[in-house]
Amino acid sequence: MVYLTRKAEFSAAHYYHNPEFSAEENRRLFGKCNNPNGHGHNYTLEVTVKGSIDPRSGFVVDLKQLKGVLQREVLDAMDHHFLNKEVPEFFTRVPTTENLAIAIWQRLAPKLTEAQLHRVRVYETPDLFVDFYGEP
Amino acid sequence: MKAYLTRRYRFSASHRLHCDAMSAAENAMVYGKCNNPYGHGHNYILEVTVSGSVDGATGMVCNLADLDGFVEQEILERFDHQNLNTLPEFQEAVPTTENLCIAAYRILEHGFRHAHLEKVRFEETMMNSFEYAGGAELRR
Repeated sequence: MVYLTRKAEFSAAHYYHNPEFSAEENRRLFGKCNNPNGHGHNYTLEVTVKGSIDPRSGFVVDLKQLKGVLQREVLDAMDHHFLNKEVPEFFTRVPTTENLAIAIWQRLAPKLTEAQLHRVRVYETPDLFVDFYGEP
Repeated sequence: MKAYLTRRYRFSASHRLHCDAMSAAENAMVYGKCNNPYGHGHNYILEVTVSGSVDGATGMVCNLADLDGFVEQEILERFDHQNLNTLPEFQEAVPTTENLCIAAYRILEHGFRHAHLEKVRFEETMMNSFEYAGGAELRR
């Protein structure tokens, strides 16, 4: 089994708010992140896939295919967008880094046919990241 | 669904690597420059990884403010700009980064209640790092 990791970067706006909580509760729970006008981050995404090496190509996965899937499924949908307002997963879920990692996994997993998705890591800042391995 | 959240913190501290059970010559041989009796220091980076189910209402494994508050109060305020050899954790143990990992892990394990502690990781310099998961194997 060999693991291959591809990085991508995107910038997006978001804010944290749960309509089931009172305004005061939202402010207490989410602090500055509750500003309804939004704020943004430069996200770094690391996608790790695993598989055996194809004896002819020497690849675990065709990087062109992986790059294409990342571009279509993640970057086109999220880069320079407002996550709460433009990305359907976040119409009903808070766009935390945790939920972003889960949403990206769910977008990528069905599209990766050659290699198996192992880990999605999303850096919100260089000092904060979340890993998701598809665990229930 | 289960996710793993990692947060990086920084602090600076001095230390001296010295073991009383060894002779002066042995200490000098084992610890080299780190045995200098006047001590020396590092800019440490501490990475804390916690895990848990992502809460449906908040979208969080745990509130970052709780993790930051705990680490600030229990680790950074106690370790930053200190001589590690003077701290209770290092009265019996040499303040290597290995032992620093174990000390930080124990503090978090005993006091942090908002998520499951997975591991701590220390960078002593940009060239070396140490990880401890309470004795468990590390997740890839």
